[in-house]
Amino acid sequence: MSFLSRAPAPAWHLAAPADGPGNPWFSWQYVHNNAGELVSKLQEHVGLTARAVIIAFIVALPLAVAAYWIKSLTGPILALSGVLYTIPSLALLALVAPAVGTTSDTSVLIALVLYALLVLVRNALAGLTQVPGEVKDAAAGMGYGRFGRLWRIELPLALPGIMTGLRLATVSTVALVTVGSLIGKGGLGDLILGGFRNNFYRAEILTGAVLCVALALVLDLVLAGIGRLLTPWTKVRRA
Amino acid sequence: MNYFEQGRVWLDDPLNWTNPGGLLDRLGEHLLISFWAVLLGCAVGWPIGIWLGHRGRGGNAVITVANLTLAIPTLALLTILPLTPLGFGKPPVIVALAVFAVPPLLANAYTGLRQIDPETREAAKGMGLSGGQLLRQVELPLSVPYLAAGLRTAAVQVVATAALAAFVNGGGLGEIISAGFGIGMSNGGGGQIVGGGIVVAVLALLVEALLAVVQRLVTPRPLRGTFRRNRPSAAVPAA
Repeated sequence: MSFLSRAPAPAWHLAAPADGPGNPWFSWQYVHNNAGELVSKLQEHVGLTARAVIIAFIVALPLAVAAYWIKSLTGPILALSGVLYTIPSLALLALVAPAVGTTSDTSVLIALVLYALLVLVRNALAGLTQVPGEVKDAAAGMGYGRFGRLWRIELPLALPGIMTGLRLATVSTVALVTVGSLIGKGGLGDLILGGFRNNFYRAEILTGAVLCVALALVLDLVLAGIGRLLTPWTKVRRA
Repeated sequence: MNYFEQGRVWLDDPLNWTNPGGLLDRLGEHLLISFWAVLLGCAVGWPIGIWLGHRGRGGNAVITVANLTLAIPTLALLTILPLTPLGFGKPPVIVALAVFAVPPLLANAYTGLRQIDPETREAAKGMGLSGGQLLRQVELPLSVPYLAAGLRTAAVQVVATAALAAFVNGGGLGEIISAGFGIGMSNGGGGQIVGGGIVVAVLALLVEALLAVVQRLVTPRPLRGTFRRNRPSAAVPAA
């Protein structure tokens, strides 16, 4: 076991032995020699995550508003997204991939969107339902219509819930993208699985995994920052 | 749908079920892996969650742990653990799945003990119950619905992610899908991919439904209905 050893790093990973000093957990040489691939996989990963979360958000927000306005729709909408959430990601991929083709990343994208949907809908709905009744009454008294009230009053007040949903959905989507490596469209997951299949090349596996976790944490922090900028009043109230 | 038709045809062939490495073999493996993973998760998550909830501290730590594990790709643990002294085969898969089962179990156990009305706790103390008696006779019975909800979330998640064990040849139903992709769409693997996907999805939904019934049965009648299940927020328990 050579944890974090920088000893002889194999530039020829096919020849890397499964254990011993020739197969370190981390190798700068690997990172250096494969910088191009790392960057392109990272870009692929970010691209898939961003597209999935944005599409899921565009679908989820109207659903949450519909569930909020029409009480009889709340149950079915939550139940349907709950069922979609329960279906394992791999099964979803298996059901979607043959229909849209296994050579494009569309199937991965569809699976990711369906998965992020529940978290976004639930949190947005939770944010909307906790808008105080007096505030809604006051808005109605000031002459706001249904859409005006939604746009100017309810959605801004629901922002903390919506942002929580976005953060949870983003972090879990980043982790979930790796499942796409089954069809070679998994972003950093391709590195993880590639390293495993490449005679258990540890440096490649760990680099992929660390980049993946780091990406999730960075995106989470960015979204947390955006949330604070969008809702300056929550800071004032807490102080 | 053409592909669903192919999947149905594949599932209709009894040999696909009874062959060595067929659906029945893989189903057995899948359930065995999931069972041990959930058991291991309970053995770790419940005592810690119950103890922290009993003491009434560590809420932030629980949230941090739950959020951090959300960022770790399952695939990363599945590929890294076999390269540690755990070795190849089922043990690393079980440990990897258990790691992801712990957060919902831990968070729900903690929430379950914290949501108890402080007055109930005070009354029990006033009646002269010791810390251990309070835990056994008051807190644990009142938190059973939350413990059951955590078990349900964790078990469904483990059964769903156990499909990913196929990435590292760890067995389970994912092998069927993985082998289908290996055969390739052009060689008639589509039926197997979709068939495997259907079986995995149905299994997850069955486990969810079964445990929902169990959860209802173990919840004392007066507590039914008042309890709201917190699935997506399992990662962010009410502190």
